[in-house]
Amino acid sequence: MDMDLITNILFAAVRTGTPLLLVAIGELICERAGVLNLGQEGMMLMGAVLGFIAALTTGSIVTGFVVAALAGVLMSLLFGFLALTLSTNQYATGLALAIFGGGLSAFIGQPFVGKPVDGLHAIVIPYLSDIPLIGKALFAQDGMVYLSFILVPALAWMLKNSRPGLIIRAAGESPDSLHALGHRVMMVRYLAVMFGGAMAGLAGGYLSLAYTPMWNEGMTAGRGWIALALVVFAGWQLGRLMLGAYLFGLASILHLVFQGLGFDISPSLLAMMPYVATILVLVVLSRSRDNPALQAPAAIGKPWRPVH
Amino acid sequence: MKLKLKQLLAGLGLMTCAVMAQAEEPLKVGFVYVGPVGDLGWSYEHDQGRQEMEKYFNGKVKTTYVENVPEGADAERVITQLAKDGNKVIFTTSFGFMNATYKVAKKFPNVIFEHATGYKRLPNMGTYVLRTYEGRYVSGVAAGMLTKSNTIGYIGAFPIPEVIRDIDAVYMGAKSVNPNVKLKIVWANTWYDPGKEADAANALMDQGVDVLIQHTDSPAPLIAAEKRGGVRAIGQASDMSKFAPNAHVYSVRDHWAPYYIKVVQSVMDGTYKPQDYWGGFHEDVLQLASINDNLPADVKQAINDTYAKIKSGELKPFTGPIKDNTGKEVVAAGHALTDEELAQVNWYVEGIDDKIPQ
Repeated sequence: MDMDLITNILFAAVRTGTPLLLVAIGELICERAGVLNLGQEGMMLMGAVLGFIAALTTGSIVTGFVVAALAGVLMSLLFGFLALTLSTNQYATGLALAIFGGGLSAFIGQPFVGKPVDGLHAIVIPYLSDIPLIGKALFAQDGMVYLSFILVPALAWMLKNSRPGLIIRAAGESPDSLHALGHRVMMVRYLAVMFGGAMAGLAGGYLSLAYTPMWNEGMTAGRGWIALALVVFAGWQLGRLMLGAYLFGLASILHLVFQGLGFDISPSLLAMMPYVATILVLVVLSRSRDNPALQAPAAIGKPWRPVH
Repeated sequence: MKLKLKQLLAGLGLMTCAVMAQAEEPLKVGFVYVGPVGDLGWSYEHDQGRQEMEKYFNGKVKTTYVENVPEGADAERVITQLAKDGNKVIFTTSFGFMNATYKVAKKFPNVIFEHATGYKRLPNMGTYVLRTYEGRYVSGVAAGMLTKSNTIGYIGAFPIPEVIRDIDAVYMGAKSVNPNVKLKIVWANTWYDPGKEADAANALMDQGVDVLIQHTDSPAPLIAAEKRGGVRAIGQASDMSKFAPNAHVYSVRDHWAPYYIKVVQSVMDGTYKPQDYWGGFHEDVLQLASINDNLPADVKQAINDTYAKIKSGELKPFTGPIKDNTGKEVVAAGHALTDEELAQVNWYVEGIDDKIPQ
């Protein structure tokens, strides 16, 4: 393997990991606030289709991403109304949202299948992108990748050190205490759910506007589900989540690159690699069982109503 | 007695009405698709064929379709439902529907079943398949002439005979015009995942591939080729030219309508016989769509010539002597593989530096 190839592999690994990372960031915040939304796939697809339509009709990719995020928020509000306000079962509601989003996006997107759109362009940062091996991976990506670079440390800091972060965590660990302290648990959870929706929408938009600029039904191909698993294996920690997403991306790319290089390994075995490698690394990392920071939020998935 | 006669007459009248209504009622034809009709590839083209066929019969045929049917127990349920709903001909359009179609066909001997790409047949169940390798051979010729790096990339879906056969055809076509050509094969392990297909295309291009051929169904590899620049790509199953105005060579289009019309007509005439149908350029069920104007003249010429030769039967890609890539002779000199033999191709031709995944 020459340098150029490795540079390209790392570049592709980050790119492949990005849609997973975007949607997983949103879900992580949502779960830290105590809400489990399994409907990521549905929200992503709605973001993908509406973002695509917006970009196609207005000619602006930025508008496309804004609409994609809004579409995700709308879907998440639907989930919020059912699961939070009406206290329906979060698992069932999330599953329903995933199926609903898949169907609705296919219906809305029918007339737009096969329309080409000019995808999001890379922003190449001079000099830095020339660093050997990692330069291209870190500094020749598009705006959404840079956004995720910023979001991960910013949100990690917020969760750990800031007051809003503490409130979010309290909503997920002990909503009753938060309520007793006079905070509005419902509002916190709604905001977390909406943030999750926005990120899922953006992730969907990333697929239809940047990754493979086109719309096709079911184009997320299960990435929303993988992201859900990543959140768990990352122990609800943003740093590990980022690592997990890129690892998954790297393993997916290696699966293809190794075949091209003619390595004598069964492609079916290689196809398993992303899952195996990611789970293995994240499980090994979270072996310290007594580390409370890596446990699921105590109140996750449980409906909460204020006690009057 | 009088009353009875009256009743009898009334009954007769009703019966005549019923018979007449039946005569005017259109023949119901059902379709089962494995993917969404919006996949722009496999299922999309089956649906185009369905629409063209319905239009052709101008009201005498009424079609129904069910899309996104998983290959398994669900398929059997869907096919049974279509048969119960009074469909007289049912087309099931994915290899994985074979056993389900077979089971239901046994239960409904008065309904005609047609299964794409399979090999199980009954008195009321036939199979049909495309000679996609004809298109692949032309693609090999075009790719062999176009490549500057002498490296062609092939994105495979799953290592089944149909795909292996097509890979062989590509390589033989390429080799016939470019003795130094190499073929790199990547298995995506999916028929449809735009993201993964784009990744596969990029991985191949990173390794020096400058002409891409795909056996997966989304236009993502073409988009990736267009974005990269300096790379050519060939569309799969349907016309994908608009996704890559510069990179697109042409698309090998599945054109099912002639076959669907033929089968439905034979059912109407009462002449239907189940067969193992193979169709290609000659039957117009396989077409070359949107040959790019920006191709060099000699490449265009070669594409058209090769197409014409295959169409006329002058050129049969799998004509011996052919050796596999372990040096064993698999097709004897002068012998052209029969359809039955074609269905069982499980070797790479000599020169493909790779192994079929087990």
